[in-house]
Amino acid sequence: MTRPAVRVESLSKCYRIGSREPYHRFSELLLRWGRRAIIAPREWMHRARLGAVPNGNPHDPASNHFWALKDVSFEVHEGEVLGIVGRNGAGKSTLLKILARITEPTAGRFGLRGRVASLLEVGTGFHPELTGRDNIYLNGAVLGMTRKEIHRKFDEIVAFAETERFLETPVKHYSSGMHMRLAFAVAAHLEPEILIVDEVLAVGDPEFQKKCIGRMGEVARSGRTVLLVSHDLNSIATLADRCILLHAGKLLSADNTATVLNTYAESLHRSEDTVYEDAKSQNSPKVIFAAVETSSPGNLHLYGRPLRVRLEIATPRALANARVSFQFVNARGTPVAHLWTFDSDRPMLRSAGHHRLVCTIDSPRLYMGRYTLNVYFGETVLRDICPFEVSMREMPRELPWQPDTCAYLEDASWEIHDVPTDSLEGAHGSKHYYNEAIITTK
Amino acid sequence: MEARPTVHAAIPPSADLVWYSARRPWAVIDLTDLWRYRDLVAILALRDVKVRYRQTIIGIAWALIQPLAQLVIFAVLFGLLGRTPVEPSMPFVVSAMCGLVVWQLFSQSVSGASQSLVANTNLVTKVYFPRLVLPLAAVLGVLVDFAVGMALLAVLMLSFGVLPTVAIITVPFFVLLTLLVALAIAIWLSALSALYRDFQYVVPFLLQVAFFVSPVIYQTSALIPATWRPLYALNPLAGAIDGFRWAMSGQGHFPWLTVGVSIPLLALALSTGLLYFRRVERTFADRI
Repeated sequence: MTRPAVRVESLSKCYRIGSREPYHRFSELLLRWGRRAIIAPREWMHRARLGAVPNGNPHDPASNHFWALKDVSFEVHEGEVLGIVGRNGAGKSTLLKILARITEPTAGRFGLRGRVASLLEVGTGFHPELTGRDNIYLNGAVLGMTRKEIHRKFDEIVAFAETERFLETPVKHYSSGMHMRLAFAVAAHLEPEILIVDEVLAVGDPEFQKKCIGRMGEVARSGRTVLLVSHDLNSIATLADRCILLHAGKLLSADNTATVLNTYAESLHRSEDTVYEDAKSQNSPKVIFAAVETSSPGNLHLYGRPLRVRLEIATPRALANARVSFQFVNARGTPVAHLWTFDSDRPMLRSAGHHRLVCTIDSPRLYMGRYTLNVYFGETVLRDICPFEVSMREMPRELPWQPDTCAYLEDASWEIHDVPTDSLEGAHGSKHYYNEAIITTK
Repeated sequence: MEARPTVHAAIPPSADLVWYSARRPWAVIDLTDLWRYRDLVAILALRDVKVRYRQTIIGIAWALIQPLAQLVIFAVLFGLLGRTPVEPSMPFVVSAMCGLVVWQLFSQSVSGASQSLVANTNLVTKVYFPRLVLPLAAVLGVLVDFAVGMALLAVLMLSFGVLPTVAIITVPFFVLLTLLVALAIAIWLSALSALYRDFQYVVPFLLQVAFFVSPVIYQTSALIPATWRPLYALNPLAGAIDGFRWAMSGQGHFPWLTVGVSIPLLALALSTGLLYFRRVERTFADRI
């Protein structure tokens, strides 16, 4: 069995609510010192009675502290890729920041074996005024490479980034794609024993993304340990050997990737904000409710079943030429379908009041994965609402479904003919296969 | 659902994991860690220099204009006054240039380094490195301007016929002294500026005061009454500038008093600064 490369023991991190910076101004500090001089003797006596408790007792639920991370323990073995999943605010980034030693834990400890490089952002330290060449050195050094190392890998980095021609151009003239490629190329040539990556794969053009994901796989196969945070569950599913799931700062589960992702999907769909709700307005028409009605509870949709999108709009006045549309957006942020209804198609919202719009898709072809809605109404856009997940669970096929194979499936028919060698016209013995047929036989 | 991973409970804790936890608040600065990041110091210093003079027409010549302009202003001012606050044997221009070169080194280091943490927030919140790298790099980057100033000083000395003596071998000592004084102050100010934004406004003010209480445009021996000199020597920059002037021109004598008082003061400021910096370093990423 391999050795652990990362070992985390009861790690906790406490922040003050309100501001991350408790005292912006020196004057406020002076004020606090003054106050403390009066209160401190009393507090000391109090503390002496209770035993040592950190300043502003974080165990007191009423106090303005919150635990971004609470008592988290896990291990990662050498050569393993660990995915870290959880909703926004679950503590993923805090965990990575602690492991990357950017911030300190409040309690607990962690052990690391070997050099650590963290990639919490692509192109940290890039300076727009400097040339591509200068920025490779700068970024490399910031990420922990020595000048010698960068020098040794320089040509490789440039080749990976495909920016040879612009090496002496200030980076501010780069396109965002070039910028990204150069930045990732530097990061991809780090050779730490432990690599900590946050959400950086979600950017860049798909072609280059693929290259990066490939490179990450290589990094892991070469015996390095990778800790990976991403909202893109597909890339986690592709890369991670094991996953941990964080929720509200606590470790909910640690297991193989498929199990954890399932747990995560379930927990995600149990949450309340799978529908969108907003208060009516006296002044302007607006969407007050949006929901995706999926085939299974918890915004889980089984492929092939009818899918319904329900929008409710309240308007204080009659509207002329109302337009409503929405998109299904996949986990990579790409809209994969756009559906709409305009007043010119069918009259709507022509009176003040509360209206319900229901869009039924009889046989949606969205491929497995997570989706959200972008809803467009008037001048407003509601982005990333009503998360739901499409599952292929009911659709067994000989090969397991892989995430990211495509954006949607198409109904099609296949004809298979045996072509007699002596005659080219024979259509005898043909078999007809339909995708639908394969999919629905179970 | 408090499922803690029990799978690895059987693995004995291995010896060669390096452990990290919340640090003790007061600790000595970790020099080996800093040394490991020496390349980063150099590259960041280089970045500062390149960025400073990129997209300027005359580039590095800006490093000449500042002290030259000050020199002209004070020469005219004291010319009108009819009296210069330097020893009679010393041309005012040479004396003042000696002071300005050191002053420029000091003030640029302090103002650059004291803002270095705030200016590099994007680095501080995204990657680990010893935070001391930032003020160090800022100070190092100023040496380029200093070299330009030195060239100008050499030209002035030759044209005014002030030739260096053997004392010139002590120049590096006084330059180092200036850098350390700047660093000691900048370490305090950079940490304080990162935590309390007030200090951004304090720094220019402090520098202006420091300019006049240091022997930049005057010589201590020519202006400060002897009875005040022990008190005056409490300014650690006084020793550095007086000493530098002596080392370059060979005139006067080694400023034993000011340097003697400077060094213990400097040691105190530097060590407390490093302790304080180390103490608050842990929270920069959360508070900056």
